[in-house]
Amino acid sequence: MTQLSTFHVGKYLFGVEVALVQEIVRMQPITPVPLSSPEIAGLINLRGEVLTAVDLRSRLGLPPPPTGARPQVNVVVRVDDEPVSLLVDEIGGVQEVDQVPFESTPSTVDPGLGALLVGAYTLPDQLLLALDARALLALHSAAA
Amino acid sequence: MTPSRPGPAHQDTDIFLVESHENLDQLNADLLALEHDPTSQDLLDSIFRTIHTIKGTSGFLAFHRLEQLTHAGESLLSRLRDRTIAPTDQRTSALLSLVDAVREMLGQIERTGVESDTDQSELVSRLAGLLEDQVEDAVPLAPPSNSAASAPAPGSTPTPADGRRSVVESSVRVDVELLDTLMRMVGELVLSRNQLVSELEDQKDTALARSAQRLSLVTSELQEQVMKTRMQPVDTVWSKLPRVVRDLSRQVGRQVRLEMEGRDTELDRSVLEAIKDPLTHLVRNAIDHGIEPPQKRVAAGKEAEGTLLLRAYHEAGQVHLEIVDNGAGIDPAVIAAKALERGLASAAELERMSAREIIQLIFLPGFSTASAITNVSGRGVGMDVVKTRIEGIGGSVDVISHKGTGSTFRLTIPLTLAIIPALTIGCAGRRYAIPQVSVLELVRLSGEHARGGIEHISGAPVYRLRGTLLPLVRLDEQLGLVPVDTQISPTTTGGEGADPEPEDARGGFIVVLQAEQHRFGLVVDDVLDTQEIVVKPLGRHLKGLPMYAGATILGDGSVVLILDATTVARRADVLASTAGTASTGVLEESTAIDPVLVVELAGGRQAAIPLDMVTRLEEIPQSSIEKVGGREVVQYRGHIMPMVRLATLLGAYGDGSEATDRVQLVVYTRGERSVGFAVERIIDIATERSGSRSDIDDHALLGSVVVGERVVELLDVHAAVLAADPVFYEEAS
Repeated sequence: MTQLSTFHVGKYLFGVEVALVQEIVRMQPITPVPLSSPEIAGLINLRGEVLTAVDLRSRLGLPPPPTGARPQVNVVVRVDDEPVSLLVDEIGGVQEVDQVPFESTPSTVDPGLGALLVGAYTLPDQLLLALDARALLALHSAAA
Repeated sequence: MTPSRPGPAHQDTDIFLVESHENLDQLNADLLALEHDPTSQDLLDSIFRTIHTIKGTSGFLAFHRLEQLTHAGESLLSRLRDRTIAPTDQRTSALLSLVDAVREMLGQIERTGVESDTDQSELVSRLAGLLEDQVEDAVPLAPPSNSAASAPAPGSTPTPADGRRSVVESSVRVDVELLDTLMRMVGELVLSRNQLVSELEDQKDTALARSAQRLSLVTSELQEQVMKTRMQPVDTVWSKLPRVVRDLSRQVGRQVRLEMEGRDTELDRSVLEAIKDPLTHLVRNAIDHGIEPPQKRVAAGKEAEGTLLLRAYHEAGQVHLEIVDNGAGIDPAVIAAKALERGLASAAELERMSAREIIQLIFLPGFSTASAITNVSGRGVGMDVVKTRIEGIGGSVDVISHKGTGSTFRLTIPLTLAIIPALTIGCAGRRYAIPQVSVLELVRLSGEHARGGIEHISGAPVYRLRGTLLPLVRLDEQLGLVPVDTQISPTTTGGEGADPEPEDARGGFIVVLQAEQHRFGLVVDDVLDTQEIVVKPLGRHLKGLPMYAGATILGDGSVVLILDATTVARRADVLASTAGTASTGVLEESTAIDPVLVVELAGGRQAAIPLDMVTRLEEIPQSSIEKVGGREVVQYRGHIMPMVRLATLLGAYGDGSEATDRVQLVVYTRGERSVGFAVERIIDIATERSGSRSDIDDHALLGSVVVGERVVELLDVHAAVLAADPVFYEEAS
């Protein structure tokens, strides 16, 4: 049985392993970093620590949020001992999943997302896409 | 250093390890000193006690191999101490090997908690073999007659307890990790303090303001003291060098006398850690490449013994370390030939370079002048690594060398890495921090000096600063916030164009920066503040952006990027030689020296106010000053004018003689609004002579200028006005 922390980005419901999530914080003022890649939203101040915030919409190849949308939420995940904030539209909750996930990307899902998913689960009302947090944050190790 | 061994924590072992390491350092020093003073009974006693203590404790803790080894050393030392045998080169070398072996065994114990199985019997028998004077024994360093004549050893056999070096009872041993934690916490405290102070700026509660000021003072004090606890004398690194010098000079057949000046100079331990390897490399280099073999020296009319001087001193908030040798020096011709051969510079380039510039080529990667590769140095990894390492901690390396007389390598390094003074600037609506160390001067672009004053020479923007052309870099362009400036045609040199573009009318500042010996101006929109900032590293996703040296959190909690001046300059290509040529193509006209008003604050302290920021000078009776809500105001030309006493603002305290009944006011008017700066005395109007170096950490000062023969602080009028009237600019604009 796996526990996933879920959140909404665009029309999708995503989940990451609960153990990776350090905390959820409301939107903080973001300092953009000029010249960084578009997936990097900027830097936030989390109780005196400077964290990189990743714009999940951009990272997942989704369109920017409509104007007037509610402020995004920071999901702080800790991967390879560095906390990074993922900017999401809205927080879901903790979802227990006990089924075996689909390994292939469902046809209704943007194929570009495939590489960043570990699998998909069917919930009664929605599809839950489990994200591969490490792959998600592996951006630009190469570019650097 | 945190020993994390499996099994039950051996506190006794930990104490033993820490003490032994200290003792070994002492032992090394003592043995080397003994070579120069072979008859010193004090040194022999000290060495004997140290080994005896290690032997005693290792027996107690059941480290038998260590005990066996130190016992062999002790036997030899006991005879030396009793003057039965004399200290020879061989014996000293054997004892130094003993120190190395003991150190290695201790390291093994520290890592694994148990002794290694390494066989030490060879060293044990070597030590035992030196117990008797043999015929073929090397020439004793001290004549035997000398040692025989000295008095027999004192009879007391020291016990491990009294064998310990006199421990100063007023000091305690503190784990380095605890100090690091303290330093981090103080960093956070400084941030919180800045935050509190900035929030309180809008408050009118004087009692609260006073408590905050007190808190602020205590915080600064605390920060300073905690930083002091992390300071260690440079000697902690230097003390390893006599051994390096001794071993190496023997190996390569040189005679070297090592001298040290300023051993007590203190540096933050993180800095010390970072300079250890570069320093050792430079010392090895000086012996291998610098100091010549004795016969060559004698032939050149020098002393057979070369001198290697290490010098450390503090200056202008930085530490300077010099490695000076009186060896062969660096021959620019040899360097140039080598650079040509390695393809590091073309013949035409070398032609144009000065001897000094050519010598700097040794810092290029892949440069090595050793004609024969030795195991000492000259493997082509070296000087460039030294340079990278030192620059990595915000320092710089310089070399001055004269063929035949020797070389001086000078390292300039910051005192600490964690907290640095920085200038915050505004650009395209965002704030950025620039480490103060690279800031030379600030130039305001206002009125006729506004951006129209920026000229273009062959397409590149420049600014005429006191007769020299300063290459300019626009920060917003460099950060990709606006497209690179192409709309101004390169022909508009002079800025006297008929229709000044709106762009030209914009104000702004030029931050004059120093990067790799080049000066350039960074054009920004605003200069906000100087303050101490805590440098926070950027996450791995941003490591690929070298123009940022990190980030910091300002008083209001916002995150601000710290710019790396050198990288910004490199990106903008102003370090290229073309920029250098531009700056030498100086036109003689218009050496615009800005006039300043020099005033006395209190107790003789002076300040300079740019004259274009002075509207009028007034003298008013003390009695006309009224207090309104903690601020002082005066009736001035039918208005209430806020005033601020510059002495109070800048923290100058007089001897109480300010009880005069007339007050001198410097009035600054803009539109409908005026503020007054109360000063003790108006001294003179003068012209600012030389560049202002902004290394003063104060909110209301821009730096200092040289007026006449005196260094005078330059008032930041913008900040001073805000101190008198926080809404001065808001309503005026």
